[in-house]
Amino acid sequence: MKKTKLYNVHQKLGAKLIEFAGYLMPVQYSSIINEHKAVRNSVGVFDVSHMGEFIIEVNEALDLVQYVTVNNAAKLTIGRAQYSAMCYENGGIVDDLLVYKLADNKYMLVVNASNIEKDFNWVTQNNKFDAVVKNESDEYTLIAVQGPNSKKTLEKITADPLELEFYHFYTTKINGKDVLISRTGYTGELGYEIYFKGDEAEAESIWNSIFEAGKEFEIQPAGLGARDSLRLEMGYCLYGNDIDETTNPLEAGLGWITKLKKGDFIGRDALLKVKEEGLKRKLVPMILTEKAFPRHGYPILKNGEEIGKVTSGTVSPVLEKPIALGYVKIGYANEGEEVEIAIRKRTHKARIVKLPFISK
Amino acid sequence: MNFPENLRYTKEHEWIKLEGNTGTIGITDFAQSELGDIVYVDIDPDLSEITAGESFGTIEAVKTVSDLYAPVSGKVLEINPKLEDEPELINSDPYGEGWILKVEVENPDSVSELLDSAAYKNLIGQ
Repeated sequence: MKKTKLYNVHQKLGAKLIEFAGYLMPVQYSSIINEHKAVRNSVGVFDVSHMGEFIIEVNEALDLVQYVTVNNAAKLTIGRAQYSAMCYENGGIVDDLLVYKLADNKYMLVVNASNIEKDFNWVTQNNKFDAVVKNESDEYTLIAVQGPNSKKTLEKITADPLELEFYHFYTTKINGKDVLISRTGYTGELGYEIYFKGDEAEAESIWNSIFEAGKEFEIQPAGLGARDSLRLEMGYCLYGNDIDETTNPLEAGLGWITKLKKGDFIGRDALLKVKEEGLKRKLVPMILTEKAFPRHGYPILKNGEEIGKVTSGTVSPVLEKPIALGYVKIGYANEGEEVEIAIRKRTHKARIVKLPFISK
Repeated sequence: MNFPENLRYTKEHEWIKLEGNTGTIGITDFAQSELGDIVYVDIDPDLSEITAGESFGTIEAVKTVSDLYAPVSGKVLEINPKLEDEPELINSDPYGEGWILKVEVENPDSVSELLDSAAYKNLIGQ
């Protein structure tokens, strides 16, 4: 099993480590709920080095990015990133990802850890352009610093002022080490993600500096458990749960990143057809009105008949109520619709709401 | 981690404390630690009897859901009313305020057949 360069740090902190996407990753340090609240109320730090980084460069780099992703990468200027997805010909989702424009003819794709190999093969296999694709996933450490005090923490240690708009990035130094910092994240809070190459000692030194800088804000390490509940409170999709090769971006609520008019890309024809014929089902956010814990795979019912399945669920640490995402047949996918979720022997009332679950 | 000598344990990570014919049941420190943050304890409020080895409810933690297994058979006397609003008591005090069920044990002798502290520690590799 693979370990990130911060593995020793997690061990020292007494993290509970689990296998995730071939990596031994911290799922929690103290308590998922406390880590979740630290991010919402102050600042938390995640090691997400398991994520994959591909570099696409040379003359037709943009053409390749445009061809394999659904968002319009031509809109990116140097120093900006965008959320995107890759689709199969049939419109099913290969992965969701971030696209960074590093330079003219140079892009970085940041993909889900569980899909690194599949994605790399997919991009390479569709590279009919004068472009070079490199998988640099093993070289990068990625630390996410998230929460209302993330800026106040990080600006103490960056060599250049940290003044970034949402989804913008810059390169600077921390402890003399070159880093790329983007104002991105998976929590819905003000937050940053720090990418850098280097060995264990360099990764530990940056991690330690972040914690030193965040001391006055009671900065906390946060694991994959909190990462999941934080993203779910915002209604962000998780690949493998809410989206996969059997779902298309339109029914997943990712129409806003799917630019059907940008020109040819893989999956476009299928998605145009989906649009023309209308959606058959839709991913909807639901709040349960009774005490229960919705989980992936639980049936969603209307008048006793199954109309869909839960894809993600948790008890929101902020609302202290059960929340879930799930696909339901299009006729029921309206805000305010009352449905039921079957959990073992009982059914529990739920209502379709609007995202995000929590008000920001 | 703490496994008091005066309790008996099951392979499914419940403990029972016998006082006269009354058994108090909960889950072990190891179990709460493995489950992580507990958010609900789901036991039918009308539960009147439990049967040794059978599930009498579930515990919902953020990470996973787990069945609760009866260490003994008996009549239910009380379900810990505090767990309705403070299920996290199981995390913070698994052998004290985080107790789950009190039962009138049908066969008190059966309790001594359960694992003692040393055998349970051995089971979980501690």
